[in-house]
Amino acid sequence: MKKMTKFVSIALAMMLVLSMGSVAAAEGALKIGFIGPLTGAAAVYGTSAMQGGQIAVDEINALGGLQIEFLPQDDEHAPDKSVNAYEYLMDQNVQVIVGCVTSSPCVAVADYAYEDRVFMLTPSASSTAVTEGRDNVYQVCFSDPAQGAASAQYIGMNGLATKVAVIYNNADAYSTGIYQTFMAEAANQPFEVVSETTFTDDTTDFSVQVAAAKDAGAELIFLPIYYTPASMILKQAASMEYNCQFFGVDGMDGILTMEGFDTSLAEGVMLLTPFSADAEDERSANFVAAYQAAYNETPTQFAADTYDCIYIVYEAMQAAGLTADSSYEEVCEALIAFMPTYSYNGITGSPMTWNEKGEVSKTPMAVVIENGVYVGK
Amino acid sequence: MIRVSFLSNLINGISLGSVYAIIALGYTMVYGIAKMLNFAHGDVIMIGAYISFCVTHYLGLPAWVSVLASMLVCTLLGMTIERLAYKPLRSAPSLAVLITAIGMSYFLQNIAQLIWGANPKSFNSVVEMEPLRLFGGQLIITDEALVTVLSCVVIMICLTLFTEKTKMGKAMRAVSEDKGAAQLMGINVNMTISVTFAIGSALAAIAGVLLCSTYPALMPTTGSMPGIKAFTAAVFGGIGSIPGAMLGGILLGIIEIFGKSYISTELGDAIVFAILIILLLVKPTGLLGKKINEKV
Repeated sequence: MKKMTKFVSIALAMMLVLSMGSVAAAEGALKIGFIGPLTGAAAVYGTSAMQGGQIAVDEINALGGLQIEFLPQDDEHAPDKSVNAYEYLMDQNVQVIVGCVTSSPCVAVADYAYEDRVFMLTPSASSTAVTEGRDNVYQVCFSDPAQGAASAQYIGMNGLATKVAVIYNNADAYSTGIYQTFMAEAANQPFEVVSETTFTDDTTDFSVQVAAAKDAGAELIFLPIYYTPASMILKQAASMEYNCQFFGVDGMDGILTMEGFDTSLAEGVMLLTPFSADAEDERSANFVAAYQAAYNETPTQFAADTYDCIYIVYEAMQAAGLTADSSYEEVCEALIAFMPTYSYNGITGSPMTWNEKGEVSKTPMAVVIENGVYVGK
Repeated sequence: MIRVSFLSNLINGISLGSVYAIIALGYTMVYGIAKMLNFAHGDVIMIGAYISFCVTHYLGLPAWVSVLASMLVCTLLGMTIERLAYKPLRSAPSLAVLITAIGMSYFLQNIAQLIWGANPKSFNSVVEMEPLRLFGGQLIITDEALVTVLSCVVIMICLTLFTEKTKMGKAMRAVSEDKGAAQLMGINVNMTISVTFAIGSALAAIAGVLLCSTYPALMPTTGSMPGIKAFTAAVFGGIGSIPGAMLGGILLGIIEIFGKSYISTELGDAIVFAILIILLLVKPTGLLGKKINEKV
């Protein structure tokens, strides 16, 4: 009897394995896999992105026509977990990956996707390492170098300050990447960098960094960092009664939704972002209204980026003559050929175009935090 | 101007060092009495800060209630950890106890992640006073720094009096010197160790609240780096010695801040640990440590 059970279970297992290969993506809906941190230290980004993507999917599915099945997976902002999520999604026969949300997991997954020939469109992984040497990975956000240079140009062009301090995380590729291009561009700008200080992921005390900026007489502190350390820097500056302009990049986005955060600390903070929730064009306004109705919060740029991602995949697939029955290899090759010729008008930039490397070109804009909300400048 | 920034750095260093010192007291007491390194101590701090956050943020109660609540919860937690995880291993090799403590540390971090999620929370300071302004407002001593340093001194004095003057304190010193002999003299060793954990964990709660009041990002890993630094401070001052923990903590804070501000922010932590290595090469028992012939 025992032998019999064993035999049956082995047979069943073999049937399962064999059947896996033959299940094609022929259910009439395009399967889009999404990978991002839904828990963990960067959960704010991943959750926003997933929700923004879901809004786009719901809109598209309501239109009739090409239907989309959206499959979100959590990677906890960890490269190994991200690869697991990718493997899981491939087992679910997804045809395109929208993700990953953060850079280091995205680099890890992009390696596998490049080998497997799967098209990846990342809403927000901004490191150049994501697209470098891989023809199948495209970005909707600015790359890090673009953010650093654009920040320096914005500060210089608008005469925000003549003395600037920089505090960055030298243990983080994202932060260091932006810092380097900011410094390179700053040399051409009419301001002087008077203080450069660093910290690492474990740093809790920022008194030295803020004091160095204050002693050097900086009028503006550039923070190419994530919002958790930024919240501590803002608090430190407030307790030192140091009033200066803070200027952040996309990592600063999310600070207002941090639980318990005193938003008055962020009053007047500027950040470079491609999306502002008070934008007046009809499409952005509709998106913000739908997002608020569904999730009871104001969408961040991560939500808007992913919203655009879904529409880009949707429009590009149709323009390139693909259907919900196309295999992921077909989708990948067709989109690689199509993307450099494509011009998309979205809520995070219009028009958006791409070069062969997969980097986007669009106009950045700055927002300032007033009374706890972003206001376009 | 240079003098003011020097003073300001010194105050920041003493304030940071005082937090290290309060945490280090917990390490050093437990080591002195139970002869074990309680690596979960840093995570008890984190739990203490979360309890305080919940009491003020979700229940809307005043800050002093949250401090008492977090001390109570941490005391119970510390005693439970000791009872469940460490007591059964009392006669086991010290390596087994060490590994258990590391496991307990990860356990607490993951429990916190499960309950409160991994999103960082912004901790609202429990101290609501006017900062002290000196030299016409050039030197600002924050209310948090004042309270932290003051608490550190008060805790230090109370602990010294407690171990010197009370019966339980004497029992602790006896157990720390010779567990077997203390038991023969009629001291309840298990009870003494339990009380040590209770005191250490209550101190951890205070340290957690003070730490997060000054540096307000609270997440499940909040306690780990300050925990390691405080352990370093305890070793620096001579592990097992209460004044040593205090001295080590404050020196470590000052060295860290001065290293960052006068040498390089990139090398801040490296300088701290380099000095520790040099000190241990010259004086292996730490600044105030006594030379004891260990059986382990």
